[in-house]
Amino acid sequence: MVAPLVENGIISGNFNLLIALFIGLGFGFVLEQSGFSSSRKLAGVFYGYDMTVMKVFFTAAIVAMFGLLFFSLFGWIDLEMIYVNNTFLYSAIIGGVLMGIGFIMGGYCPGTSMCAAAIGKIDAMVFIVGIVIGIVIFGIGFPIWEKIYTAKALGPLKLSDLIGVKDGVFLLLLVVIAMAMFYAAEWVEKKFPRDVY
Amino acid sequence: MEQSTIESGTHKREKPYINPYIGGVLLGIVLLSAFFIAGEGLGASGAFKNVISVCAAPITSADNTTGFFAKAYHSLMEDSKKWWIVMEVLGVLIGGLLSGALSGRLKLKTEHSPKITKKRRLVFALLGGMFFGIGSQFGRGCTSGAALSGMASFSVAGFLTMICIFGTGYALAYFFRKNWI
Repeated sequence: MVAPLVENGIISGNFNLLIALFIGLGFGFVLEQSGFSSSRKLAGVFYGYDMTVMKVFFTAAIVAMFGLLFFSLFGWIDLEMIYVNNTFLYSAIIGGVLMGIGFIMGGYCPGTSMCAAAIGKIDAMVFIVGIVIGIVIFGIGFPIWEKIYTAKALGPLKLSDLIGVKDGVFLLLLVVIAMAMFYAAEWVEKKFPRDVY
Repeated sequence: MEQSTIESGTHKREKPYINPYIGGVLLGIVLLSAFFIAGEGLGASGAFKNVISVCAAPITSADNTTGFFAKAYHSLMEDSKKWWIVMEVLGVLIGGLLSGALSGRLKLKTEHSPKITKKRRLVFALLGGMFFGIGSQFGRGCTSGAALSGMASFSVAGFLTMICIFGTGYALAYFFRKNWI
């Protein structure tokens, strides 16, 4: 097992920070090339006139999941060392709902707003100011919602384990679902008129 | 199809966006590289939190280790790996700028539906950002850190947060339709 390279000491912590810059560069570049620097394109996913977000998002997740599973199969990566997000049931739901409100109102998410601000979108810069205010509000009020924030801690729980199937079977199911969603996305885009922005 | 070529021809010399599925594969490869090299996925909101915690450090007292930002600040000072996401988000800015420059999309403007005013768009952008800021802390990450990277690592939280983000968006889309369509 060689990867994760940092965890196994193959590359140093400092070098890792430089690599982070380049990974971010790739991230920002792909987001912008895919049109994620446009709020009207992003919001299209909620109205059916532009389903790019869904297509990019699910394709990316599936490609990364295939990569992780095959790399693990080849013995290249130790999946035990891959960070699996901890599940705090209530907090994850509250957070998701608040972010959904933020998305439909603001038209961006944090990553895409950085990308859009980089090419000069003023609405994205204002959105970023909003993010900072929001995080400060959360931090100051933290004692109020600390209990709910840490409630129902389920640890690094994997959905495949929860429903009791192997990761590979789970991924196959996800691919089938994604294919159906892509098919629906292509159909719905034809139904709704698309602006040029 | 024809109309879009005419539009892009008469407007500025903007290059078209890439095919979303190709974009998705490329994004997947970037995400996989992050896992392969650093052992964790991509993110964005964590960088905001970290930078805010550094700025807040002079305000919060030194022996305060229980506050939300104080905790983040102390772990930043102890573990250089916590800077990873800050560097990554700096990279996002550079990558976005580079892509925009190469495709002729660098332009200072407020993007909004012709049906609403610029002011209305900016007010909603600010409010949306605030909701996203608060939500990203509850969610322990945003669309990239919690939803995308969480999903890719099969995490329950990742799928749950993703469903809640998009589900809420769809549930409320009707009420905000004037802003977008």
